[in-house]
Amino acid sequence: MVPFLNELLQTLLSGIATGCIYGLVALGFVLIYKATEVVNFAQGELMMLGAFFAFSFITFLKLPYWTSFLFTVLLMGCLGMLLERVVLRPLIGEPVFAIVMVTIGVGIFCRSAVSMIPGWGTDTLGFRTPFGEKFFRPGELVISWEHLAIIILTTTLIFCLYCFFRFTRLGVAMRATSQNQLAAAYMGISVRRVFSLTWIISAAVAAFAGILLAPITFVHMNMGFIGLKAFPAAVLGGFGSIPGAIIGGLIIGITENFAGVYLPIGWKDVAAYIILILVLMIRPEGLFGIQEKKKV
Amino acid sequence: MRFIMKLEYDQDFRLFRYRSTFFWYLALLAASLIVPALLDNYFISLLNFIAIYSIASIGMMLLTGYTGQISLGHAAFLAIGSYTSAVLTTKGWPFLAALPLSGIFAALVGIVIGLPALRLSGLYLAIATMGFAFIVDEILVRWESLTRGNLGIYLSPPSIGPLTFGSEKSFYYLGLAILILTLLAAKNILRSPTGRAFIAIRDSEVAAQTMGVSLAKYKTMAFALSAFFTGIAGSLYAHKVTFINPESYTLLVSIELLVMIIIGGLGSLHGAIYGTAFVILLPQMIILTKDYLPGFLRDQTGLEAGLYGLMIILFILFEPLGLYGRWLKTKFYFETFPLYKKETFKKEKKFYKAERH
Repeated sequence: MVPFLNELLQTLLSGIATGCIYGLVALGFVLIYKATEVVNFAQGELMMLGAFFAFSFITFLKLPYWTSFLFTVLLMGCLGMLLERVVLRPLIGEPVFAIVMVTIGVGIFCRSAVSMIPGWGTDTLGFRTPFGEKFFRPGELVISWEHLAIIILTTTLIFCLYCFFRFTRLGVAMRATSQNQLAAAYMGISVRRVFSLTWIISAAVAAFAGILLAPITFVHMNMGFIGLKAFPAAVLGGFGSIPGAIIGGLIIGITENFAGVYLPIGWKDVAAYIILILVLMIRPEGLFGIQEKKKV
Repeated sequence: MRFIMKLEYDQDFRLFRYRSTFFWYLALLAASLIVPALLDNYFISLLNFIAIYSIASIGMMLLTGYTGQISLGHAAFLAIGSYTSAVLTTKGWPFLAALPLSGIFAALVGIVIGLPALRLSGLYLAIATMGFAFIVDEILVRWESLTRGNLGIYLSPPSIGPLTFGSEKSFYYLGLAILILTLLAAKNILRSPTGRAFIAIRDSEVAAQTMGVSLAKYKTMAFALSAFFTGIAGSLYAHKVTFINPESYTLLVSIELLVMIIIGGLGSLHGAIYGTAFVILLPQMIILTKDYLPGFLRDQTGLEAGLYGLMIILFILFEPLGLYGRWLKTKFYFETFPLYKKETFKKEKKFYKAERH
């Protein structure tokens, strides 16, 4: 009985760690979707870029881990702003379809650009973290610090974001804009600056996720495909809900890990999508979403 | 500018608007019949791929360009078409039976996918179809007794009765014939009430519903038709390359199909063909210009994908109407020569156009 229980807990913990990453990427989708009604299919690629930047800072510039962490998040924030300014802003008011395609284009472009940059390329890379090779052993369990770090850092980030949206003027302005752009504009909020800020935050969150994920999957150009698994997470949580994104991510991550351990091979990779399709068929507004009526 | 005096209602939706159009299409047909005599096998092979993918992108155009439903999972229909054809022909069925059956089977799956699509729109649909494509991909890998998994299936070139279409030239005529049939079918669907219902749904679901268009019926039909054409293309593709495995039907293929119709110009059958030709010829153009590229770019494997990405961004930002739109604008420029105004084609920008409100 005890080994079984241990296995269960072990699977659960690594599921939570994976789920945190999905949740963070899903959070990026949700932030952008709530504010600008755009779905950023390049979110996974932003995460990949974050991991590559962190890798460069640590390996080429020999900076310490935490400094690189900070620089990467800042740099990706700037990149997010640039992306919004150059690519997305001219498309405000275009059909959803066009915008979705543009973000897919950005994603493909990022992936191929990474493969062309000398030093990055198509190889699988890795960098040293303060948590590597260390394990935490409560009782029979063996938990790697990398997994624990993911869980702790994600919780911290979510707490910070929560405080930001709850207590700062800017955060409140962003929430107002996501509820009603026109009314927000009348209240003197610069909607454009809010859009910019949204992209900055969501690119920074992506970078955060990328750095955390790097020790587990390593840094390579196809890392961004994890973004595709974060879609089910976002949909499950209801596309417009921030806590929903995290909980959706956790559910997907845990299910996937359990499917990997207890179900035949192959189920692990599709578990997320099966959940996705079920959710869309049974409850398209997700767990925490509000079904909004269409007005003519 | 040419103005026609319309005397009958039928004139609004006849197959060829002007008599001269009919003549030009005949000329095009004659030209495409002669072409293989002038080109070497390599170029004919490219034309063959253009024909195959054109059929798929016409299917995609019906769904996305005319009905306004985004699909990121069309590679799955292509795969279903290919595998149906492969499994049937290895079991001894003739190609002529396997070809329509692969279309029909894809269409049946399309109906199943179309059902949740009734409740979803825009982005959710894109995500759902993407999820569907991943599931189909996984099934193809794991159902080894039927699909041989990653080992793939070898096929023979298509043959109808005593005729075998093994060489590039003979396959060209087969592909051309099926492409023309597809085009005619698509054109006829589009000028029938069904097609106009599709367009009505694209432009406004609410308005279409109020005019008595059954959303459920027509959306499912759009999915089925689109899947049918894509399945046919899949079958042809399988018999053209004579070896298939699940790796030929990744997400990138779905995106490629979308790129084709966007670059060609959404909402036009011409556009589907132009876009396909463009996407198929792009790698060739890269190969041709390779000697002139700077050294660090020359040996990059990611160059092609990067260009796709860049093309999507640039086309959507600067030419949302695609190649066909560019052609229309050029034509319009010469027709109205000194009086051309750029604003004629300017789209009205709608702010706050949202799915939520």
